This record gives sequence, structure tokens and C-alpha cells, in this order.
Amino acid sequence: MDRSTAAIDVRGLNHWFGTGEARKQALFDIDLSIERGRLTVLLGASGSGKTTLLTLMGCLREVQDGSVRLLGQELAGAREELLVACRRRLGFIFQAHNLHDSLTAMQNVRMGLGVHGSAAADWREPCEHLLRLVGLGERLDYLPGNLSGGQKQRVAVARALVGNPEVVFADEPTAALDRDSGLQVVRMLKALGEARGTTTLMVTHDPRILDLADRIVTLEDGRLVGEGR
Amino acid sequence: MTALLERLLGRLPIGWLQLVHNRGRLAAAIAGVAFANILVLMQLGFLGALVESIRLPYAAMNADLLVSAADMNTLADGSPLPRSRMVEALSVPGIAAATPLHYGKLDWRQPDGTIRTLDVFGVDPAAPTFRTPGIEAGRALLQNADVALIDRGTRNVPAAFFDGIARGEPYRFEAKGRTLTVAGVFSIRGGFSADGYLIVSDQTFLRLFPQRAAGAPNHIVLRLDPAADRSAVTAALRETLPAYDSIVRTVDDAVAKDQAFQTTQRPVGIVFGFGIVIGILVGVIIVYQVLSTDVADHLREYATFKAIGYRQLCFLGIVFEEAFILALLGFVPGVLIALGLYAAVAAVTGLPIAMTPARPVLVLSGTILMCGVSGAIATRRLARADPAELF
Repeated sequence: MDRSTAAIDVRGLNHWFGTGEARKQALFDIDLSIERGRLTVLLGASGSGKTTLLTLMGCLREVQDGSVRLLGQELAGAREELLVACRRRLGFIFQAHNLHDSLTAMQNVRMGLGVHGSAAADWREPCEHLLRLVGLGERLDYLPGNLSGGQKQRVAVARALVGNPEVVFADEPTAALDRDSGLQVVRMLKALGEARGTTTLMVTHDPRILDLADRIVTLEDGRLVGEGR
Repeated sequence: MTALLERLLGRLPIGWLQLVHNRGRLAAAIAGVAFANILVLMQLGFLGALVESIRLPYAAMNADLLVSAADMNTLADGSPLPRSRMVEALSVPGIAAATPLHYGKLDWRQPDGTIRTLDVFGVDPAAPTFRTPGIEAGRALLQNADVALIDRGTRNVPAAFFDGIARGEPYRFEAKGRTLTVAGVFSIRGGFSADGYLIVSDQTFLRLFPQRAAGAPNHIVLRLDPAADRSAVTAALRETLPAYDSIVRTVDDAVAKDQAFQTTQRPVGIVFGFGIVIGILVGVIIVYQVLSTDVADHLREYATFKAIGYRQLCFLGIVFEEAFILALLGFVPGVLIALGLYAAVAAVTGLPIAMTPARPVLVLSGTILMCGVSGAIATRRLARADPAELF
């Protein structure tokens, strides 16, 4: 695959945690290219390095050794301003929903749009549309404390998608959802890929989702060990 | 309120929403800021009362200039002046009148055994040393031996007592082995050094204070010819009077010197100054606690916002928004309660304590600054919001 056309391209990536004798290598010489518009699932046991890889590709951690190109930008040695600008082109779905407990569902989703400087008049329609899409049309003004775990996660999904991200990083996004809701969210991510070319990189253990993945990448002890589909 | 703030800020008022989400904490924070405001306002009120109570007796004088002893800091201290300075002052062109003013302190024992301390002024009953109506009206009475006029604002004395005197029912009491007859009332109001004022003639004064020499007043009250140039006369007086034992000042200068001395050199002024600092520190600590706890409680949310591309400036804005709102919400009850306390203190102590228009503005500005400082300290915690830890 051409490095310049890939959504994410990783070459010779190594990463360590700690210092001195406590220093431990988490990733070993990773080479990986993620195509645009595809749903890629990252598999691996706990501690295999998949979350570290996700945070490095998502501009949330500093690249120590090797190269990570995200949407054509080299992240190794990049300044904070560039990292912030890159993050604004991404969507994050966390295992814990991380919703702001003082904000309603609409306001939480609006935060995903506000980072792009949308005017007040511009935010209501897309936020409401996405919340209706994830089945929360009747819960727009609910605070997270009044929503179930699954509903909160769907708000988090709407927040990640409302800014039309080019890449979505998702860490166990369906863990808190029932079977139907989980499938609905993943199908939505996949449909976005097809319609808008959104790339999705997802860490999951959910076997139902593996069937929908375009590509499955497996990590073991910080090394890429397998690839499927 | 949310819509109004959104309009003002041009963004979602997250700080406000965070504050109202936890109403218990918001109430505690408002109470804390209000408490700090009350502390500062009360200390400023006491300091203001001290400053005002220093001014009042000067303001009551019928004086353009004052000659006092060179070592004088307040109306009540300093060495007595040679009476010859009065004659020398009268020789300066532009001086219309000069009258001696004696000062002393007297204990007035009440029927219940308690004592009221009075500042006593001995004046020439033939001259209008004071311009206060009650003193002027009763000045002729002072020609009689052992007659006095008393301050209606004397602390812890029932108003009915003064009403009786005003109706022409003189009151007699023993002091310094003499029987004084109080025949009239006036109004100055006591300060921090005494409970009230008593005016007697210079002859009565010397009988009450026999150790004082007749020819040595504490101050000389000067009045100028209406056409005289105050600056020129003051300069001429300074040329005429020896600087080693006397000092010439306008009444305003004398008030300023007295106020500066009592607020910076006397314990009472320093204590009130410290009180203001303590109030500000209490406010900073309370607001810091509230804001830093709030930041700590929302670290995951802030880290999430960082992950999706919000800059540090956005979080600083949220914390400062909270600080500003707390400052405003705490200020309103703080001022209202302080106003009530001012009235209570004035009623109980008779001190001239009142809210000046500038004081709330000063305290509000200080409160916003105080909350801003607390917010600035609290934002150090934001550095811990690491989006990489969210996964």
C-alpha cells in the first residue's frame, strides 16, 4: 500500500514505558498500514500493546522511536499544535463513555462539534440527527446520570461521530451495549466508512463484530503476529 | 441563566453547568465566598469607622488652621503648647481669630457602676471653637462653673437620658471630685479611644485637670479672614512659630496625619488591616478548595475534551468562568449580610460604621481577583488530565 494514501501508516514503531531498570518495552518494531474507509479490528490479549498502539496512532502519546503517519502527517517529533490539529480530524470512542456529567446528551454531543468552532446555529441539527440515529431521540436533554450504561455509550458514539471524523479510534465501544445496540453502532461505523470514507480502528473482543470487520490485526506481547480477512 | 451565559461567552457555559450540577457544593462555595466577603467588609467597615471617628471631632471644629505641638500625632496626644503661640499666631496678617483648645480624658461612672470614658474639650466659651449646632447653642451655658455639654452619641447611654437634658432637665454627676452639671447636648459620636465627648469651658477644664497649666492648651484653633490666602497665611505662620515646638496644618492635613498614624502605627488600625488580609486569604483558600476539587472531579472529562482537540486555554476558561460566577454569587449575600451587621454594630457600639459607595466596588473587584488567583492555582491540576490514560 502507498504510504501517502493510507489513513495510518506505521513503520518500525517501538515504545517503552518507565525509565532505568524499570523500563519495559511495550511495542516491538511495528509495521502497519490502515487503508482509508475500512473497519479494522485490533485483537490481542490484555497487555499485548493494542491500546498503546491505538494511543500512538491517535496523537495521544508521543512517538519515541519509529514513524507514525496519520492522514499524511508525520507524528514522530510533531509539535503540540500539530497534534491538536490532527486530533480534531479524529473521533474517539472510549470503553468508559467519559461523558460530562453536568451536560445533557445534546450538550455532550455538541462538545464534539464545538471543537471545530461551529456557530450556535449550526450545532443543533447534526447533534440531534446523530442522537436520533443512535436511538436517543427521546433523551436529548437527559443528563448522563439519568441514562443507562448503553445509552451513555451511544451518546459517546454520537459525540465521536458528529464532527465527521476522518478516522475513528474505538476501544471496546460495544462492551456496555446489548447485542442489537452493539451491532447497530458497528454497522453505523461501517456505513460511515462506505459513505464518507471514514476509517475505523477498533479494539474489541466481541465476536459479533469480527464478522463485520474488513480486516483483523492481531498483537501479541507488543508484536504484530497475525492478520486476517 | 445558561442561555444568557452562552450568549455572553459564545460557547457552552460548562463552568456554570458544572457548578449548578452539584448544588450542595455550589451552596457551600457561595457561603464560603460570602463569608470571606463579610470578613473583609467588616474589617473595612471597622477601619472606615476608625478613620471616620478620627475625622468627626476635627470636622466639628470651627477652624481653618490648627496649631499643635510638634510631637502631636493625634488629637489626643502631643505636648501642651505655650499660650504665647496663640498671640504670635494672631500677629500674622490674615488670622481673624485664635482660640485655645484643651484636651483631656474623664471617667463618667454610671448608676450601675460601669464607666463611660469621655474625651473632654476645654474651650473658651466666648469664642465659637466648634461649629456643631448643639455646642454653639449651649456655649453661653459654659460660662457657668462646672457646666458641661455632652455628646448625644455617647456609647451605651439610653437616648431618653439625652432627651431629658435637651428638654431642660440638667443631669449632675461626680467626676474628679467635682459635681458637673450637664446642661446641653450635641452630636459628634464616640470613636475607638472613648465612648463620647464632653465640652466644658477652659476654666472648668482646669478645675477638672488641675495638673494642667492654664497657659498651655493642646491645640490652637485658627480662623482666617475671609479674604486671606490660606497658603500664604500658612507659610507666614510657619515662619513665625518655632518649628521645634509647634506645627501649623490645615484641618484636612491634621485629619490625614491623625488617620495615617492611627491606622498604621496603632494596634487597632494594624489589627483591622490584618483582618482584611486574613479575610482575603480565607476567601482564596475556600475558592481554591472548591475549584481544585471540581477540577479533580472532572479530570476524565477534561482529558476527553483534550483527546478530541480542545486546547488548555479552553479548560482555563472553564475554571475562570467558575471563579467569576462564584465571585458574583458570593458577593451579593456577602454585601447584604454585611449591611445588616453594619447596622447592628452601629446600634450596639455607636461607631460611625457605614457602607460607602466605593467599598462594594472595591470588594467585588478584590473578590473577582481573589477567585481568579484561586482559579489560577487550581488550574495546575489540569496538567494531570492526560488523554492517553483514558484508554
